[in-house]
Amino acid sequence: MSAADISTEPTRRPFTGRRVRFGDVSLQLVAGAAALGVTVLVGLIVWKIVDGSRLAIVKNGWAFLIRVAWNPVPGRELYGAASFLFGTVLTSFGALLIAAPLSIGVALFLTELAPRVIQGPVTALVETLAAVPSVLIGLWGIYVLGPVLRTSIESWLHTVFGFIPLFGDPSAAGASIFTAIIVLTIMILPIVSSISRELFREVPSELKEGALALGTTRWEMVRGVIFPYARGGIAAALILGLSRAMGEAIAVTQVVGGSPTIQWNLFSTGDTLASKIAAAYQGAVTSLQLSSLIYLGLVLLVFSLLANLVAQWIVRRVARKHGVTRGGHV
Amino acid sequence: MSITIEPTVRVETRRQPIPPRERLEPIFEVEGLDAIYGAKAAIKDVSMEVYKNLVTAIIGPSGCGKSTYIRCFNRMNDLIPTFRQTGTIRYHGQDICASNIDPVAVRRNIGMVFQRPNPFPKSIYDNVAWGCRVLGMKEDLDARVERALTQAALWDEVKDRLKASGLSLSGGQQQRLCIARAIAVEPDVVLMDEPASALDPIATQAIEQLMHQLKSQYTFVIVTHNMQQAARVADMTAFFSISQGGEGERYGELIEYDATEKIFTAPSDKRTEDYVTGRFG
Repeated sequence: MSAADISTEPTRRPFTGRRVRFGDVSLQLVAGAAALGVTVLVGLIVWKIVDGSRLAIVKNGWAFLIRVAWNPVPGRELYGAASFLFGTVLTSFGALLIAAPLSIGVALFLTELAPRVIQGPVTALVETLAAVPSVLIGLWGIYVLGPVLRTSIESWLHTVFGFIPLFGDPSAAGASIFTAIIVLTIMILPIVSSISRELFREVPSELKEGALALGTTRWEMVRGVIFPYARGGIAAALILGLSRAMGEAIAVTQVVGGSPTIQWNLFSTGDTLASKIAAAYQGAVTSLQLSSLIYLGLVLLVFSLLANLVAQWIVRRVARKHGVTRGGHV
Repeated sequence: MSITIEPTVRVETRRQPIPPRERLEPIFEVEGLDAIYGAKAAIKDVSMEVYKNLVTAIIGPSGCGKSTYIRCFNRMNDLIPTFRQTGTIRYHGQDICASNIDPVAVRRNIGMVFQRPNPFPKSIYDNVAWGCRVLGMKEDLDARVERALTQAALWDEVKDRLKASGLSLSGGQQQRLCIARAIAVEPDVVLMDEPASALDPIATQAIEQLMHQLKSQYTFVIVTHNMQQAARVADMTAFFSISQGGEGERYGELIEYDATEKIFTAPSDKRTEDYVTGRFG
């Protein structure tokens, strides 16, 4: 049949009564079931954690949160979350502090500065970094990064800035909060940088051209147009990175040294909530210890949720203040 | 300075005769310009002079390289990786295409307004003030912003909401905001790449009006699709067309460049005549 044979007569299709369409109904069912399933799953997890930590909550109450202790010796059992909470905050925010400028820099380089021939390979490398299992990064942390950091950066910082409590004596083992921070930095860098890269790429070229046409330099354009446009999204990417850093267990366990103390010295050993759970779960002897570990999990859950809520609030404020609604351009 | 927008633009009575050529001061001298994307030439062998304090229009069918051409004047094509050009564009006698010329410095003298309004996601005030701040023109910023917005015939409409987002304006207002942004940094030349193609007639008229009013201060080069617009605003008009080279190659070429009146009433090239009388494309 050739194009000329196709009828061009207008067709009037008769109206039929309302019909139940199989596709629409099944889509609604499947999507609804998925949404319900996720909700139920989250509910169950939270319930299980609360239920499991009940014994520890009854025994310790709120004091658990501010107590620095982890003594599983039967008869003298005493548990507290304070040192782990401290370690979690210190390592995750420390990692975020280092990772934020680094990953934004990488993203900027890849979208705005790098010649095309470099863009592809470097992008692939950064993505590969995201695919390296955390346990491998942890192993590398123990055998390579820890010792190197201890003899180089840690001792240098200690010699030069030793008067700042953060830069105390490097621990003998090479395991330290600082090593954990660096390991976490490596782990969140690919996430934050690939999200930022997408955000920068999304900035309309008309805006960039508009800025450059005024006679601004590339950096002035980046600061004046690209950053403000991507600000909300970058904040969200950083939150994701922070959540990742807070929840990371294995790699931190491997390099942090596992000591339940609160010390400002970044170069001493410490521990985090997630790391403690991962390290002690298998060897838990008493039911109180097990329950206390789950209680640590509850603290981690609540803390991560809070951090996320605060961060989301920040994102929303930033977005509103600058009147940027993504895709809302005419 | 007060600007009144009259209900109609009567170009014929408004346009002053162009002074004789020998009294015109060339601001751009283009010589043998080729603009090439990858292996494909967009325009070939363009030579013409653009005169100071006149409005110069560039007209021609789609694909004739008008936009590519106007973007050569402020090195905007530098942003396209595969782009290269040969030939020279002298600006006040200096070749701005030379590799030792900083494109940033070129763009500080030669501003641009784009086809689609592209206000920054900032407040109305900051849209205008940002360029001034970055370029170090920080004294009397408020007055500078007010003057630019007034010159762009936007001040009265926005003076009570300078803190509102530039994106909250209508399309025509956004384009005038972009013009204000461009002239706030006091460029020597303002390039306009089809500035009214996305606007309604009233906004278009406002923009043409302000070109008339500002051309004593600035030199305008405007690319337009719309021949009536060229006839209304331009003192000089350049007509570009698509030419066929060997092996099916198509490229833009400058066919005729003369006083607007001449181009539209007594063109010397048949192709120009066909285009302006509507017998082409």
